[in-house]
Amino acid sequence: MAFVNLKNREVQAKIVFYGPGRGGKTTNLEYIYSKFRERIKSDMVSIKTHGDRTLFFDFLPFEIGKIMGYDVRIQLYTVPGQVKYNATRRLVLKGVDGMVFVADSQKSQRQKNLRSLKNLQENLAIYKKSIFRIPLVLQYNKRDLEKEGVSILPMVQMEKDLNGQLKVPSFGASALSGENVIPTLKRIISLTMASLQKVLK
Amino acid sequence: MSNDYDDDVTFTEYTFSEAELNQIEGILQKDLIKNGVHSVLLIDMAGNIIANSDNGNCDHDVYSLAALASANFAAVDTMAKIVGEDEFSLLFHKGEQESIHFSKVQSEFLLISIFGKSTSLGLLRLKVAEAIEKIKEFCEKH
Repeated sequence: MAFVNLKNREVQAKIVFYGPGRGGKTTNLEYIYSKFRERIKSDMVSIKTHGDRTLFFDFLPFEIGKIMGYDVRIQLYTVPGQVKYNATRRLVLKGVDGMVFVADSQKSQRQKNLRSLKNLQENLAIYKKSIFRIPLVLQYNKRDLEKEGVSILPMVQMEKDLNGQLKVPSFGASALSGENVIPTLKRIISLTMASLQKVLK
Repeated sequence: MSNDYDDDVTFTEYTFSEAELNQIEGILQKDLIKNGVHSVLLIDMAGNIIANSDNGNCDHDVYSLAALASANFAAVDTMAKIVGEDEFSLLFHKGEQESIHFSKVQSEFLLISIFGKSTSLGLLRLKVAEAIEKIKEFCEKH
């Protein structure tokens, strides 16, 4: 939940990148960090295993400017995608304001995407949040793999699988090359801010 | 939509007025910083910073610190539950130069104190407990 500091006139909001393991959540944050390096005052924090898998979360705070006289500070988090880390995934979701679901476009990952989205719905419900109401953007990552001959799911199929009921904004993307990473971020920030703005009025 | 869910308004359930925040920071300054604590943060369990105060010589990345502290606290709390405890009462990390002490303020907030080797843990705990008693008054209203 976003915290409004009336003394510093600052709003802190939390956006979490969710999705199956090895789907590119951390790569999204790394790209954002490299792109906005000069605007981000602190380092990106990553808690990972020796094998470079996210163990707890990645964390990247940055300021996006003023809205209605308040400095808005967005805190980007990722969750660990691996199934076994559900307890820590749940902890990271506490107080979430907006979500990006990073799906893996590889055909072999289809079931994992579906399971992870279902898992997100269950974990949000613990905090009394509905996946249908929270600001949410879908990102179909790894579209670039097609060029390398990897079999990927058509966008239409992914829309049908994951966005059939949700009907939220979605982007085909490549976190590695950065394609559509920033548009995904901008979209979730604007959705989250619109949701907060309604209350600030 | 079922009533089991909060609506999509996502602000924290608590708010502190500017005057309250000034008073809280005054307490942190007077009870802790004046007693040798280097830096102190009041955060919520989601990692938002509510108030902070330091001795002017600290240049910590407080936002990362708050995110990590809330996650660390939540992880330790979950571990406590797994072994059948309600909570672990003392949370403290000791370093060669700097140490960190965590203390829960009611169920929703966390007070993090960073202090050097010239401050004893006993004195710190006493001062933290005193400060928390005063801060609680503001938190209770919410």
